Amino acid sequence: MSILIYADSSNGHLTKNAFEAANYASQLAQKTGDKAVAVVTGNVSGLDQLGKFGISKVLHVANAELNNFDPQKIAHAIAEAAKAENSSVIVFAHDYSGKSVAPFLAAKLDAGLVTGAIALPNTDGGFTVKKSVFSGKAFAEVEVLTPIKIISVLPNAIAKIENNVTAEIVDYTVSLPSTNLKVKEIKKESSELSLTEADIVVSAGRGLKGPENWGMIEELAHVLGAATACSRPVADIGWRPHHEHVGQTGLAIRPNLYFAIGISGAIQHLAGVNGSKIIVAINTDAEAPFFKAADYGIVGDAFDVVPKLIDAFKKFKAANN
Amino acid sequence: MNKILVCISKAPDTTSKISFADGNTKFDENGVQFIINPFDEWFALVRGLELKEANGGNVTVLNVGGADNDPIIRKALAIGADDAVRIDAKTDDALYVAKQIAAYAKQNSFDLLLFGKETIDYNGSQVAGMVAELMNLPYVSLASKLDMNGNNATIEREIEGGVEVIETSTPFILSAAKGMAEARIPNMRGIMAARTKPLTVVPAFEATNSTKIKSFTMPPAKSSCKYVDAANVEELVSLLHNEAKAI
Ligand SMILES: Cc1cc2nc3c(=O)[nH]c(=O)nc-3n(C[C@H](O)[C@H](O)[C@H](O)COP(=O)(O)OP(=O)(O)OC[C@H]3O[C@@H](n4cnc5c(N)ncnc54)[C@H](O)[C@@H]3O)c2cc1C
Ligand SMILES: Nc1ncnc2c1ncn2[C@@H]1O[C@H](COP(=O)(O)O)[C@@H](O)[C@H]1O
Repeated sequence: MSILIYADSSNGHLTKNAFEAANYASQLAQKTGDKAVAVVTGNVSGLDQLGKFGISKVLHVANAELNNFDPQKIAHAIAEAAKAENSSVIVFAHDYSGKSVAPFLAAKLDAGLVTGAIALPNTDGGFTVKKSVFSGKAFAEVEVLTPIKIISVLPNAIAKIENNVTAEIVDYTVSLPSTNLKVKEIKKESSELSLTEADIVVSAGRGLKGPENWGMIEELAHVLGAATACSRPVADIGWRPHHEHVGQTGLAIRPNLYFAIGISGAIQHLAGVNGSKIIVAINTDAEAPFFKAADYGIVGDAFDVVPKLIDAFKKFKAANN
Repeated sequence: MNKILVCISKAPDTTSKISFADGNTKFDENGVQFIINPFDEWFALVRGLELKEANGGNVTVLNVGGADNDPIIRKALAIGADDAVRIDAKTDDALYVAKQIAAYAKQNSFDLLLFGKETIDYNGSQVAGMVAELMNLPYVSLASKLDMNGNNATIEREIEGGVEVIETSTPFILSAAKGMAEARIPNMRGIMAARTKPLTVVPAFEATNSTKIKSFTMPPAKSSCKYVDAANVEELVSLLHNEAKAI
């Protein structure tokens, strides 16, 4: 038997989430004594990198039509691979691609799916996976009742263990069904660091008073190698682009470090960021709810504190490089 | 001309306090206000209504669940859906729910099946994709824009760090995210009209569960916030480096 992962790529490279899924699968495979196998679709380089995270075999489905994302076709390719590799568990990252493909595959294989897993499965007498529910306000232990199990792993939730093996790379041919879906264009804002993959996120809210004041937020992010985010009203009034909106109705993120600057800390905002490992809140109002969710707080004016922080981080970087 | 199906689910209000009952095996609904899942209401339903207003057609809302879901179904009718169907079935497994929706939709041939991107309680992002496979239809997830030209659709969907533009034609399935439409508030006329619009209840289709929730836990409480003086931001840098090991 085997544990299969779908390793997604972007611009011809495997994503950080793909390595996390690989890491999850190989830790599980070690526990169950199975082999960890990856499926990669389209034109992707650097496949041997998957060996670093314990993947011993990579099935590369290089059909040109898979260079564009079509969940129906990708699910078909993975289903074929799962049959060939006798896979009992199939792992995805719970990101844009996993959210599209995993449900397809689950229905195709009549398999129970747990999305947003935050821990390895418990396999003592059953197969139970812990996942995040109620927008991060709670966790559920979900038992999978079907012979084949599908899991999508929440980004940044599982500690990585390097596990060097040599990955055998196999060209894998699948004849794909024709589908009625055509990707016409991909518009990437490629210069920006992707918000869900960023280790550090600098986020600001209505306390910043206007879009013209985001220069210092971007500079702080730049110094830290961080992505930028914002609260919902800030995106709604057009101060920042919609894709920066985090929270219950925006993106859910789990960076290692989250800066909340001039954000009150409404429950709907916290729901999207409370998975962050460390939270720093900066707010003029000592009673702002964000301080209850924060690890570190500065009660102060962003216009005073942020420029000072930029200097302090610059000094720190200079001293530590 | 367009038959549009909008699948709506029930969710606890976003400000609800989350707690559990029966030895942490059940969500405690005591005192919880229920709403239409925001993605279903704000984006899927409203875009469906806009398309109908522009091109004619009919918008049916579909919910899988018990009679206690009727108030949120009536709200969808008040916002403007023409009619509603409730499949009288349990909802503790996504694949089971998807099989209910697919079985019903297969009998009733819709042009467009609109979903929300996820439910805000169990955060599955599962049902829409499953229905697509069960009905063998194209599926576009996390769509932020949908334009129809006759039977042809141009859709924008969110991807990592950008947007993808997709073309397909009816029938297809779409899950809606922010950007798709602007939320609408039902007016008095809508609320009155909703009372007399048809809400048909159909019995559950045969299916089995693929997953089961065994128990719930709450995240560990955050230790209290450590304050740093605004005049001494170097201390924050040092704490983040030495104590939190975050930089
Ligand atoms: C169904 C629903 C879903 C929602 N989903 C989301 C969501 O996904 N994401 C989200 O963010 N919100 C969401 N909201 C909105 C949420 O309830 C809050 O209204 C929103 O998060 C507030 O944004 P804010 O903190 O930027 O603004 P405000 O609440 O106006 O807070 C501004 C903060 O800045 C501080 N401040 C002011 N001046 C300064 C200064 N000079 N320096 C430092 N601090 C300063 C103030 O003390 C205050 O705490 C949702 C609401 C609903 C009803
Ligand atoms: N019980 C239900 N009845 C009708 N539609 C549902 C139900 N549950 C989920 N959906 C639809 O499927 C979408 C995704 O749900 P989920 O997979 O649970 O995150 C929701 O936004 C709804 O559009």
